[in-house]
Amino acid sequence: MAVTGLEHIVREHPFFAGLDEAFVELVVGCAKNVRFEPGAYLCREGSPADQLYLIREGRVVLEIAAPGRGAIVFQTVGEGEIVGISWLFPPYRWNYDVRAVERVRAISMDATCLRDKCEADHTLGYDVMKRLVPILMQRLQATRLQILDVYGKPAA
Amino acid sequence: MGIGREQAILTVAGVEALLGALRERRYRVVGPTVRDQAIVYDDIETVDDLPRGWTDEQDGGHYRLSRRDDDALFGYVVGPHSWKRFLHPPRQRLWRSKREGDDVEVIAEEAPPERFAFIGVRACELHAIAIQDRVFLGGPFTDPHYRARREDAFFVAVNCGQAGGTCFCASMNTGPKAEAGYDLALTELIEDGEGRFLVEVGSEAGREVLDALPHKEASAADTKAADDIVARTTASMGREMPDVDLHDLLLGNLEHPRWDEVAQRCLTCGNCTMVCPTCFCTATEDSSDLTGAETARERRWDSCFTMDFSYIHGGSVRQSGRSRYRQWMTHKLATWFDQFGSSGCVGCGRCITWCPVGIDITEEVRAIRGTETGEGRT
Amino acid sequence: MSDARPAGHDPMVPQVARVRRRRQDAPDVFTLELEPEGAAAAAFAPGQFNMLTAFGVGESAISMSGDPARKGGIVHTIRAVGSVSRALTELRRGDRLGLRGPFGVGWPMVDLDGKDVIVMAGGIGLAPLRPVIYRLLAERERFADVAILYGTRSPADILFRSELESWRQRLDVTLEVTVDHAAEGWHGHVGVVTTLLPRIRIDPEKVVALLCGPEIMMRFAVQALTSMGVAAESIYVSMERNMKCAIGLCGHCQFSPVFVCKDGPVFRYDRVRYLLALKEL
Repeated sequence: MAVTGLEHIVREHPFFAGLDEAFVELVVGCAKNVRFEPGAYLCREGSPADQLYLIREGRVVLEIAAPGRGAIVFQTVGEGEIVGISWLFPPYRWNYDVRAVERVRAISMDATCLRDKCEADHTLGYDVMKRLVPILMQRLQATRLQILDVYGKPAA
Repeated sequence: MGIGREQAILTVAGVEALLGALRERRYRVVGPTVRDQAIVYDDIETVDDLPRGWTDEQDGGHYRLSRRDDDALFGYVVGPHSWKRFLHPPRQRLWRSKREGDDVEVIAEEAPPERFAFIGVRACELHAIAIQDRVFLGGPFTDPHYRARREDAFFVAVNCGQAGGTCFCASMNTGPKAEAGYDLALTELIEDGEGRFLVEVGSEAGREVLDALPHKEASAADTKAADDIVARTTASMGREMPDVDLHDLLLGNLEHPRWDEVAQRCLTCGNCTMVCPTCFCTATEDSSDLTGAETARERRWDSCFTMDFSYIHGGSVRQSGRSRYRQWMTHKLATWFDQFGSSGCVGCGRCITWCPVGIDITEEVRAIRGTETGEGRT
Repeated sequence: MSDARPAGHDPMVPQVARVRRRRQDAPDVFTLELEPEGAAAAAFAPGQFNMLTAFGVGESAISMSGDPARKGGIVHTIRAVGSVSRALTELRRGDRLGLRGPFGVGWPMVDLDGKDVIVMAGGIGLAPLRPVIYRLLAERERFADVAILYGTRSPADILFRSELESWRQRLDVTLEVTVDHAAEGWHGHVGVVTTLLPRIRIDPEKVVALLCGPEIMMRFAVQALTSMGVAAESIYVSMERNMKCAIGLCGHCQFSPVFVCKDGPVFRYDRVRYLLALKEL
């Protein structure tokens, strides 16, 4: 894969929109193209959280397995969005499963690589934080609305 | 202040004749009378039915009748009733339905055949009626029951000979002198125990009735005596509404700590809404016979102080007493302007008198003014 | 012998209507098609509502959920939440009920020409928006992009499934459906309705958003839209309050200065923004 091809793809993804050219070069070094077939898992609960996924195409679901209830899906994430926050801070473990429900193409960013580069260059680190935190806030807000169960009595 | 209205003098006998003349013209004559230790509005026949020689002492949460030194017919101010109990009755059937087989017929309630003659209407009350006219007749939808009762009503106003302990019509520009909306207006002049009334004619119907009564010409002295009474009443108001833009003050302070403070006193009993002459909120209630063959819908007075009032989706929007008191006061003094182009308050003081804990809206306004937090409408 | 009041006689007296059709959409949601007896029903604007009387029980405000262009019966989708709505949902074909209306200010159809229209519905909120959707689809060329975003609690609560399917198949409309809580066998989107917004392209200059659903859902949706740069003047919400008369005379539906029954129920967001921010108003 030509580095310039990956650079273009990284630059194009909404997560890195407007990223400083110098930083693009830096982060591309941690990136690679990945694909998942429907049913494949991007993340498994409890296993090492070592990637940040930028979804380019297709949808994944965030789910948790509960005994007797099977897997409960609680969020769908799609094109233009990201998967993975637990790679940022210890214990670097996934808290839930992430499964592709369609054919998924994504950029996978190696977490150790990205963390090291952010540590070495705090300006890059701050830039990455400014991209991650708003997404966290939106997810938190959406989760709150979900728990509030505003639609009233359950159907069944 | 003599506006150049036609004037005359009536004696007490003349007032008696007035009641008779109105009855002859098939009016249902309603006026003040003593009952249950208060002065209320009810059907009256003669001047002896009026609270002759009575007066009222009013203060926050306080109302007492006491005897006067004289025999004045109108020597008191307003009691717990207002004319809305006749124009906008506490219970009003709207329609009933009858089932025959699968079919249902809806029968609208007819307008009542009677027309009212109201005796002893105060200036504040005339303003209150004008305010309710705007509510019930001035919008995109009107109330035919109110219209039917209101259209042919005859008003005999009385200019207050004294201000009540909770009155503040002067600072609300709604009195004490009746300026418009009446057919006849009386000012009671008492000289040496003798009751005489300066009558002002406010309409053709009023003139027609006056012509049928024994009356004399009014002298300049009579006019002056009446003006002096009005001036004295104006100067002795029990309360005063601060001169401030109430709309912007209240709507700009919807989170003021004063609301918490008044909420600690307010019992949300709703007395204020029952006695207020402009409060108009109603609820509907459907009823049915045992078989469901005949049903009816009735409209009845309601109060924004009840938990049911704002009930939706399993709960009330205004759960706290604080929010309900705020709703009442901001509607009355502020949002009424947005809705109907005027204040909803006429300064009659009933809400102060009949509040069990004596909450005084003029004092509440005073407490917010000058300590504004500015949270609300931005 | 049924009574047919000409419009404007006494707005508090209902005309009698008959249930022509009844359909269940979800465990507690039913759609009734009504036929007024006597005078024909007045035309309605999308977003307006009628007051429906279950004789002997009471009256409830229910939005029209049918196609304003279609002659004939008036369609209402009713969720059984209280004694009156439950009584209405228990009416069968041929049963009689009382009908008053139409009332209220509806969706701003005249302001949508040339715009990207986002219809965002939460739960039963899809019902009052369905008349708009019918109009948008029937006159599709008047509008730029059209997106329908619908979220509800669970797959069993999804309304109007066959219509959603037909809308989904159109190439000139984006339809996204999501549920808060997935169930077995559900392969669609999971997450609150605001999580559908990233799936459509939003041009703040060109978009008009029409929102209907529980108040909390609308507030969250407004937050999400404004954080994407959409102006308050480009967002419309449909408010709901206790209503007894629907004609601005009983006082119940007041939302500070406005009466939801006659100044609404549809409001442009900038007009009610400061009101929505205050609690217990």
